[in-house]
Amino acid sequence: MRQTQILSALCLLAFGWPTFAAIDGKQLYGSHCAACHGSNGMGGVGIPLALPTYLEIVTEKYLVNSIRLGRPGRVMPAFTRLTDSEVQAIVKYIFGWYKGKKEPLPNTPIKGDITNGAKLFTQYCAECHGVNGEGGSGTGVSFSRHQGLPIIPPALLNSGFLASASDQMHKMTLVKGRMGTPMVSFKKKGLTDQQLNDIVAYVRNFEKLLQFFPDQEKTEPPILSYTSSSSFEQTVENIREAIVSANFSLIKTQSIDNGLSNPKKEDKKKTIIYFCNFTIINELLKLDPRVGVFLPCRVTIVELEGKVKIMSINPKIFSTHFNNDELTGISELLYDMYRKILEDSVL
Amino acid sequence: MIRRLIITLITGVLLTFTHSSFAEALLLARSSQDFPEAMSTLQNAISKKGYKISKVQRVDEGLKKSGFNSDKYRIVFFGKADEIRKLSNKFPELIPYLPLNFAIFAEGRDTLVSTLNPAGLKSYYPTLEIAIVFDRWEKDLREILSVIRNTK
Repeated sequence: MRQTQILSALCLLAFGWPTFAAIDGKQLYGSHCAACHGSNGMGGVGIPLALPTYLEIVTEKYLVNSIRLGRPGRVMPAFTRLTDSEVQAIVKYIFGWYKGKKEPLPNTPIKGDITNGAKLFTQYCAECHGVNGEGGSGTGVSFSRHQGLPIIPPALLNSGFLASASDQMHKMTLVKGRMGTPMVSFKKKGLTDQQLNDIVAYVRNFEKLLQFFPDQEKTEPPILSYTSSSSFEQTVENIREAIVSANFSLIKTQSIDNGLSNPKKEDKKKTIIYFCNFTIINELLKLDPRVGVFLPCRVTIVELEGKVKIMSINPKIFSTHFNNDELTGISELLYDMYRKILEDSVL
Repeated sequence: MIRRLIITLITGVLLTFTHSSFAEALLLARSSQDFPEAMSTLQNAISKKGYKISKVQRVDEGLKKSGFNSDKYRIVFFGKADEIRKLSNKFPELIPYLPLNFAIFAEGRDTLVSTLNPAGLKSYYPTLEIAIVFDRWEKDLREILSVIRNTK
C-alpha cells in the first residue's frame, strides 16, 4: 500500500505536476520562445510572430504543430516537453497580440496543377525560398545578417512546416503577402486564383519528396580521441605545431582548472589549447549566432594512468545540437581539420 | 532494503526518462538589458550558484569588418575546481566539454545568452552518475538563465 502511494507520488511529480501549476502563457513564451522570436514577438534568430498579416492568417493548429514538431534542421526545435495546456497557453498568448478580426479558414485541401506550380514556384518563389524550397540562409536579425533583411525566408521543404500549414493557410499567405517582410501579395502581382492553387499544390507535393529523405537521428560520437605515444609535454608541443600548420592561431594554452583554483594546485596534466581561425568563426556565427558555445576551437591533452590522450569535441554534432542543417558543411570541414591536427600530433 | 532499492531504481529511471529523453539541446535566454549590463548580471548569477568564472573569451574579431551589426560576443567559462578535478579523473571522456560555458551576444538592444544543455548529452554518456551531474548542471544553468530573463 505504502509502495503504491510512493510510486503514485513519484509519477505525479514526474508527469503530472505542471497540470496543477498555474499556466501563464506570457511566462512560458518568455522562457521558451522569446530568446529567438523576441520578447514582443518581433523576431530575432527566429521569425517575427507579432506581424498582423501573420497572425491574421495562421491557425491554432499551425502554431500548435509548429511548437510540437519544430522545423527539423532549421533551428526551431520541437518542444516535446511542454504539456498540451502549456502549448495552448503559449498559442493563446501569441494570438493575444492580434487585435483585428480573424476569419476561420476552411480545411479543404486545394487541388492544382503541380507541373504548372513548379514553373510558377521557380519564377516567383525560388529566389527567396530556394530552388527546392529549402529556405534562406542564416539566422538572427542584427547579429548574423544585415538589418535590411527583416526575415530569413522560411523553408517550405520541411516536414515541420508541411505538417503545420494547411493548404488554405498557404494560399492566404500568397493572396495577402506578409507586410513587414519581403513576402508580397501574389494576387496583387497579378497571379490568378488557379495559378495560386497550382503553387500550393506544388508545395504540398514536397511531402512526397520528404518521404524519401526522412528526418534521421544522427549518431556521431561526442568526442574525437587519440592516444599519443609521446610524452605529455611533447604531445602539447606537437599539437601546437599542428594547429599552426593548419592555419589556425593559437590563443592560449592552460590547465583545465586555470582560473578556478590556486595556480599552484592546478592540474598541469590536463591542458587545454584554445585556438581559432577568424574566417571560420565568422562563417559559423553568420550561420548560427548560438554556435559560440563550441568556440573558440579547443583540444585537451590529458595524462591519466601513464597514458597521454588528446581529445576534442566532435564538430559533426554541431548541426544536430543546433538543429541547423546549414552548419553541416562547415562542421564537416572543421571535423576534417580537427582530425588532421589530432592525427598529425600523434604521428 | 529491497523496497528501498526498487524505489531508488524507479526514481532514477523516472529522472532519466523525464529529463534526458526530451531535453532541449540548447538553453537560451533573452535579456532586455544591454550587453555590458547583461554580462554583469550573468557573471553575478554564475557566482551566486557557487561557480567561479575562469575566463571570458572574445571570439568576435573581424565581425564588424564583415558588415555585421554586433561585435559584442563573448564566451564565459566557469566551473568548480573540485568538481572538474573529480569528474575529469573519473570520466576523462567528459573533458572536452569542460569547463561549462555561456555564449553571450548582443542582438539589437537586447542580449542573448546560450549554453549547451548538459542533459542533452546524456545519450552519449549513459551512466547514472553522469546523468545526476548533468541534471544538477541543467538545473543550475536554467536558474542562471532565469535570472538573465527576469533582470530588467
